[in-house]
Amino acid sequence: MTQSLSHWLLDEAPGSRRQAVLGSLYRGLLAILSNPPGLAGLVIVTVLVLIAIFAPLLDRGISPIAQDLGNRLAQPSAAHWFGTDELGRDIYSRTLYGSRVTLTIVALVSVLVAPIGLAVGTLAGYLGGWVDIVLMRITDVFLAFPRLVLALAFAAALGPGIENAVIAISLTAWPPYARIARAETITIARSDFIQAVVLQGASTWRILLRHIVPLCLSSVIVRLTLDMAGIILTAAGLGFLGLGAQPPTAEWGAMVSAGRDVILDQWWVSTIPGVAIFLVSLGFNLLGDGLRDVFDPKETS
Amino acid sequence: MAGMIDVQDLRVSFHADGRSVHAVRGVSFSVAEGESFGIVGESGSGKSTVLKAIAGLVASESSTLAVHGRPIAQRRTKADRRQLQFVFQDPYASLHPRQTADQILREPLIIHGLDRHDARIAAALDEVGLKPEHRFRYPHQLSGGQRQRVAIARALILRPPILLLDEPTSALDVSVQAEILNLIARLKQANRLTIILVSHDLGVVAHLCNRIAIMQAGKLVEVLTAEELRNGGAREAYTRELVEASRGFTRAVAAL
Amino acid sequence: MTAPLLSVENLSVSYPGRSGVTKALREASFTLGHERLGVVGESGSGKSTMGRALLGLIPKPGVVTASRMDFDGQSLLGASDADWQKLRGRRLSMIMQDPKYSLNPVRRIGDQIVETCLLHLDISRREAERRALDMLEAVKIRQPDAVFQQYPHQLSGGMGQRAMIAMMLVAEPDLLIADEPTSALDVTVQNEVLRILDDLVRNRGMGLIFISHNLNIVSSFCDRVLIMYGGRILEQISARDLGAARHPYTRALLAAAPSLDAPRATLATVTRDPAWLE
Repeated sequence: MTQSLSHWLLDEAPGSRRQAVLGSLYRGLLAILSNPPGLAGLVIVTVLVLIAIFAPLLDRGISPIAQDLGNRLAQPSAAHWFGTDELGRDIYSRTLYGSRVTLTIVALVSVLVAPIGLAVGTLAGYLGGWVDIVLMRITDVFLAFPRLVLALAFAAALGPGIENAVIAISLTAWPPYARIARAETITIARSDFIQAVVLQGASTWRILLRHIVPLCLSSVIVRLTLDMAGIILTAAGLGFLGLGAQPPTAEWGAMVSAGRDVILDQWWVSTIPGVAIFLVSLGFNLLGDGLRDVFDPKETS
Repeated sequence: MAGMIDVQDLRVSFHADGRSVHAVRGVSFSVAEGESFGIVGESGSGKSTVLKAIAGLVASESSTLAVHGRPIAQRRTKADRRQLQFVFQDPYASLHPRQTADQILREPLIIHGLDRHDARIAAALDEVGLKPEHRFRYPHQLSGGQRQRVAIARALILRPPILLLDEPTSALDVSVQAEILNLIARLKQANRLTIILVSHDLGVVAHLCNRIAIMQAGKLVEVLTAEELRNGGAREAYTRELVEASRGFTRAVAAL
Repeated sequence: MTAPLLSVENLSVSYPGRSGVTKALREASFTLGHERLGVVGESGSGKSTMGRALLGLIPKPGVVTASRMDFDGQSLLGASDADWQKLRGRRLSMIMQDPKYSLNPVRRIGDQIVETCLLHLDISRREAERRALDMLEAVKIRQPDAVFQQYPHQLSGGMGQRAMIAMMLVAEPDLLIADEPTSALDVTVQNEVLRILDDLVRNRGMGLIFISHNLNIVSSFCDRVLIMYGGRILEQISARDLGAARHPYTRALLAAAPSLDAPRATLATVTRDPAWLE
């Protein structure tokens, strides 16, 4: 069964468009699987997603926000695998639920940043002229500020909270995407296959949406995956400074921050969420590198 | 009598870094319906630019272009586009890398709002000698010759009366070139196409075309029939030099 | 007859891959004297691979085997990297298709040629500069002094290819391998470059292996021709007798090329026979 499915997917003469698309996705998957660091990244990210989905099943019945002031800053033990924090909350459970916050932020930022960057970049690159000048100068203004400082300013102005943190991060994260998309668009727009659709009478919108954007997408996805680590760290930084998720929501950055005062005596309070941030950042970075290898046309030609 | 294509005083210049390069400096010719017209020249002669200006890919100055005696404006309408279709030199660069042959052929049908997509695509593939199994392949799963066939099918699926070919075989091996040239000759017969073919290879141009224009430095040197070219009927020294050079290596410099 | 400059027996190149071993070159055997040997084939025929193998330039993980590969009495089999470095540039040289990729873009033409001289010949810098200028003149560059001071991007394709030839020939190698040396050039320039190569081969007694996809050029320029297909040498024939070639592939290639002088209604296409690779 699996044998015949794999055959069907790898068929050099697919019988339908669906088979062709699935086949090329399957080849991409095989390429990622044969790339050890990329595979490691994929495993880490998959585990993160599974943890976030199944957190209620994995939390051993301990609520992440249940306080037990009598059992503050307890060492890791059989009852509390990762110990407890300054309010006696179970760190294991909080770390599990923290993955949901992190994933939400990551997902929302991606959904906001990629389209903004793609739209600005492809329009500027394809239309050129004054559209390009105006859009790219706006991009430059955003790029001129250090990202974390700008995010802090936005978050402070918008007020604390996850949604505002997402908006603040997105507002500071899109310019590099616009730059990438513009550079790619300029190269792609000159190529013969775009000239060919121009000659067929395709409208500018059609060319942008159906022919240029799909080609910019892969490098944007790669960049996004590589940026995830930075986004998670920025979110954690905002949380650390009290501008991200608000108590009692479990958020890794805020958890690290809370453990700061006791880091020498009760190391686990800061370390456990810190390790989680580290692992997830690493996972996204490895996955991004793997994806880049898969998408790289030099490798596939 | 107006020809299928009339080009009058075509001029194209490119501007970059404050300098302008006059790529085409006043070229005029006309091509009759059903005729195959060849343009030969070396790199930088402006031969490809002439073709791209006719197709509307580069802007021309102070020229008049008429198809079927009807002038065509610089800004092309969809109907204009359907008159003139183009085949590019490099089949590796002229097909969208993330689209299957099916999608590539479907695109012009959608743009021009034609019906019966599947039947038309199947017919177009068959016409250029591709099998149904090639239909859902991506360009990287096709050989160079097969890609060029897809590119030709794409150009012909709108049933244009005129086909513009820019070095259609120079990126291909000799044996594949023969197949593609035979295909073009057959399609031209079957569809009563008017063809303008640009190439650096005199053999290719003389094989397909009745009349041949020699270009040098943006100008037409002369226009000859294939017969004249073959039988030493060239009037200009440059043409004779080109013919001599294309016959292969000669030890002594031919006495000019 | 004197001993051949190069004699090769059963030269094979293969690349191990995920889906088995790819044989890029299969048991090629030939000898080369002080002559112009043409190697003709289509893409994938192994002609460039053969050129690279003769220079020890097959990249890992490619595997090169041969039962004999002698250059001027010296076996190239099992030559170390140091041996190759001594040979390459000095006694064996290669010209590539596109000078853009072979010349260093940020160094002056003259400096690059002088450096090649100093690397391989035991001469003073002044002598090297003199030879570099002579060489530029020998490849018919009109203003050698000016070109000496120029960077590669300032030269046209033909000039760049000449500079490249000058650089490769300044150390007076005994064997030159030219891989599509004129394919990127216009026909008129092409013939000038060929004439330069022709002079150099005849005057300096060099051996030349001329790799090309163009049968027309090879047959008019070379003394002898190897026809390659699928990594195998199908036929060795003197260029003069090419019209009487026996192998169906050679005959098909000749008939497939459109010619100005011999018009045909339809061009012959090549029917490939798997038995050719047996």
